[in-house]
Amino acid sequence: MIKAEQKPIEEILGYLEPYGKIILSGCGACVTVCHSGGEKEVALLAESLKMARNKDAKPLEIVEITPARQCEPEFAAELGDLVEGAEAILSLSCGVGVQTLARTYGAMAVLPGVNVVFMGETVMHGQWEERCQACGNCILEKTGGVCPIARCAKQLLNGPCGGSSRGKCEIKRETDCAWQMIFDRLKTLGQLHKLTEIIPAKNWGTESRDMGPRRMVREDLKV
Amino acid sequence: METGPGIFNPKIIAFCCEQSGIPALEMAESAKLELAANLEVRPVPCAGRIETVFLLQALENGADGVLVFACHEENCQYLRGNIRAKSRLSYAQDRLARIGLEKERLEICNLAANCGKKFAEVLKDKVEQLRKLGPNPFSRRH
Repeated sequence: MIKAEQKPIEEILGYLEPYGKIILSGCGACVTVCHSGGEKEVALLAESLKMARNKDAKPLEIVEITPARQCEPEFAAELGDLVEGAEAILSLSCGVGVQTLARTYGAMAVLPGVNVVFMGETVMHGQWEERCQACGNCILEKTGGVCPIARCAKQLLNGPCGGSSRGKCEIKRETDCAWQMIFDRLKTLGQLHKLTEIIPAKNWGTESRDMGPRRMVREDLKV
Repeated sequence: METGPGIFNPKIIAFCCEQSGIPALEMAESAKLELAANLEVRPVPCAGRIETVFLLQALENGADGVLVFACHEENCQYLRGNIRAKSRLSYAQDRLARIGLEKERLEICNLAANCGKKFAEVLKDKVEQLRKLGPNPFSRRH
């Protein structure tokens, strides 16, 4: 899932300087899972913001809502009943949700409250690690389920490099070498022969975003 | 403890674990020990029940200080509730420090059910500390 971190409160307070009443919208999906933008985090942030503004004698009225998602029009519409009188929306969703709200409520400023960091896995409660970079052409079948794009510091497609030492990456010593993990995994699966297949260079232009924002279409689903 | 017109009696919200804080409070009351003049007690079945937002809401709604009375570490009947409370309080302190709130306004105290004297002493110390800090400028009343 998408993993995000809340922006520093000083930055958020700067965004909210001109406003006296806002909607603070969380999201019930990815940012709830990584504890940066769910219902609890909305409540916490609302209290913090109100307290900071109380001190400056510039009270801030906050209407809290946490739709199941922000990234689809049906869910973005849930804020419709709340916008009257509000001057801005502070969204704790990923950039997709912020932009969906911005398009839906064109007359209001929609401000981001989190920074999306990566797509990743919950390794343990309170720790998340990057696992996918949306490269557009998944090669996990060839690498035993370990992604060299997301997990190799050099994004090598035919690793390892010469710097791996005791299973650790030479770029960041605390990081496991992706190609060591790939080797171990393929060995477990009895598929070491896959390492002899050369993975061709990625076509970042057509498969990935190097040619600009991507679009996916399913004509059969368009009504 | 001084009270009277012109004396600032800080409002203290005390979240008290029902396994330790509440019995300690009752012991202090039985022994007629002096307690903070402006104390509001919130019993909880375990300190682990306290959500981080409760601490902030208490301050925003007018408390000058918030105390959490929890069982000693290794002694929680719900195993790690007191550890969770400590983590949440620490997180709240760090968060609030970024907007200028003094960390001393939020504190956790570990005690046992028979620590009535300690209960009263911690409260007394907190009143003195909060008098030096002054009223909470972050609460809604200001």
